[in-house]
Amino acid sequence: MGLRAYIIRRILLVIPILMGTTLLIFAVTQLFNPVARASLYITNIQQFTTENINQVIEKHGLNDPAYMQFFRWLSEVLSGNLGYSRTARQPVLQALITRIPATFELVMFSAPIIILLGIYLGVKSAVHRDKPIDHATRTLSIIGWSLPTFWLGIILLSVFYVGFQAFPPRRLSPTTYNFVSMSGSYVRYTGLYTIDGLLNGQLWITLEALEHLVLPVLTLTIVIVTIIIRVMRSSMLEALNKGYIIAARAKGLTQNEVINKHARRNALIPTVTISGLLVAGLLNGVVITETIFSLNGIGMWAAAAALQMDIAGVLGFTLFSGFLFVMANLIVDILYAYLDPRIMLA
Amino acid sequence: MGAKSRFREFKVEMGPTVKEIKFMLGRIKKSPLSIVGMAIIIFFIAVALLAPILAPPGPDWAVYETYDPMRIPRDSYVSTPSPPSERHPFGTAEFQYDLYYGSIWGTITAFRVGLWVTLASLAIGLSIGVVAGYYGGIIDELMMRFTDIIMAFPGLILAMALVAAFGATLDNVLLALTIIGWPGYTRVIRGEILRVKQEDYVEAAKAVGCSDLRVIVKHVLPNSIYPIVIMASLDIGSVVLTAAALSFLGLGAPVDYADWGQLIARSQNWIYGNINDPFSFWYTFLIPGIFIFTFVLGWNLLGDAFRDIMDPTLRRR
Repeated sequence: MGLRAYIIRRILLVIPILMGTTLLIFAVTQLFNPVARASLYITNIQQFTTENINQVIEKHGLNDPAYMQFFRWLSEVLSGNLGYSRTARQPVLQALITRIPATFELVMFSAPIIILLGIYLGVKSAVHRDKPIDHATRTLSIIGWSLPTFWLGIILLSVFYVGFQAFPPRRLSPTTYNFVSMSGSYVRYTGLYTIDGLLNGQLWITLEALEHLVLPVLTLTIVIVTIIIRVMRSSMLEALNKGYIIAARAKGLTQNEVINKHARRNALIPTVTISGLLVAGLLNGVVITETIFSLNGIGMWAAAAALQMDIAGVLGFTLFSGFLFVMANLIVDILYAYLDPRIMLA
Repeated sequence: MGAKSRFREFKVEMGPTVKEIKFMLGRIKKSPLSIVGMAIIIFFIAVALLAPILAPPGPDWAVYETYDPMRIPRDSYVSTPSPPSERHPFGTAEFQYDLYYGSIWGTITAFRVGLWVTLASLAIGLSIGVVAGYYGGIIDELMMRFTDIIMAFPGLILAMALVAAFGATLDNVLLALTIIGWPGYTRVIRGEILRVKQEDYVEAAKAVGCSDLRVIVKHVLPNSIYPIVIMASLDIGSVVLTAAALSFLGLGAPVDYADWGQLIARSQNWIYGNINDPFSFWYTFLIPGIFIFTFVLGWNLLGDAFRDIMDPTLRRR
């Protein structure tokens, strides 16, 4: 099977999984009574009056057998209607779209640091196995792995912001936020303040947004980088024990050549799979991190929705993150096949 | 056959097992980190067992729950936390819930969450994985697609949605974490069983007419169970962390329940301190956090050492 056939087969496999995820979310909605479920179908707050709710229930047949409801609900979802979120006071899809930039900005700065630092420390640790640097890295990574994300966030906030008035929470200070939302001269291009600041020629907005991002990025990095370090270290150790490494050494290559040209590339293959875990870690992480640092992204909204039993909101977010995660895994698998052609034979 | 010869036979049969256990104990002794991990867990077991002595519930307190010692007692209803004192060694959370009491009894909650969820996930994952892997066919296909669906969601997020839907109680947290937990075990054990069932000794056992149950229990499982046992030992810490995160989001135990995550959740209003002293309420979040961190660290150190010892690809290098 060629690479193209493999990719096509892998893409086709995504369809039943996505169907399954919608089925699972739908099964969860069935735990609620029709009145609560009505919020999954409406897009306008005006429809939330007593008599209209009955109309909604009637119109969408919310008392019908579940399988009949499933296809009606699915067609709503596919047409982009995920219901109305009480917590956001917006339709769910709109709530997601307006909040994605904040989350994306956080992830955009965290992910590269996590990947580079994780690979660097993992390789370093494996190459110097049982040396002080290995022990230090392993100890730090097991500590980072045991830290509750929310507690780490609170400690960082307390030390840096409360103690030293540095790196404040939220995305911008209230005055800057007012400037950004009220001023006619500021144009919202991407919704990412760090980038929009530059595009508007207002460097100070970029700098302020960066200052506000320091602690959330640090929190997310510390918690997730430990996963990458651990996997990178063990796959590098495995790679270093392979016959071709011994052959490369016997050929008289230097340590650096052996590591850079032969070991690391092969050790990277399992790390590609770990990028799947990275995506899951980031999605889980933003819920907690955004909540602590009051970054108004999709994670903070989802946490609020879950707490207030806003089922359209929380299930819409869950479906969305499931979709992202499935897509990320699809890309990872394709990359994996490209890097390691043996995988297509399996 | 006399008792003596039967004993000799038993000794021969158990020989490799005894040797294995000796080897493992030797490795544990050599790894200082696993000893630290074990010490931490033994400490917490002692705390959990001695909770009624370390922090006696009951009439010593002005406000307490008669029937449930897991409910944190308090001396008054004042909202501002009070700092550590002789009466409150760790200070109090908001509304005067005693932090020392909550931290001590919270150990029981942590053990309950970690062990319950891990063992339940392991049991479910194991049974389904064995059936799917050993018999294959349509059951296998269905079960694997089902695990695909659950694993298509990031764990914490699906757990959050499930708890929100089931209702925010500790029991529902356990249920939700088990639902997201078992598919991982199922996949791994299934893979192992697919590998082992091809082996000649399994074919031989089948050929001499062993029942499926006997083949599975005596021949397949002993050769395929290690990876998921290692997985489980590494999972306990993460389960406790996820449960604490849910508690922190307000999706867990009720407000007066002895649960570390919940205590930290209630410190959020106080992290900014007061005007004179920004750190005036440090104890509200620092102390319960140290408990969670140490507990999880203990399990992780132990699980890590356990993996190094058990994993045949790592052990004899």
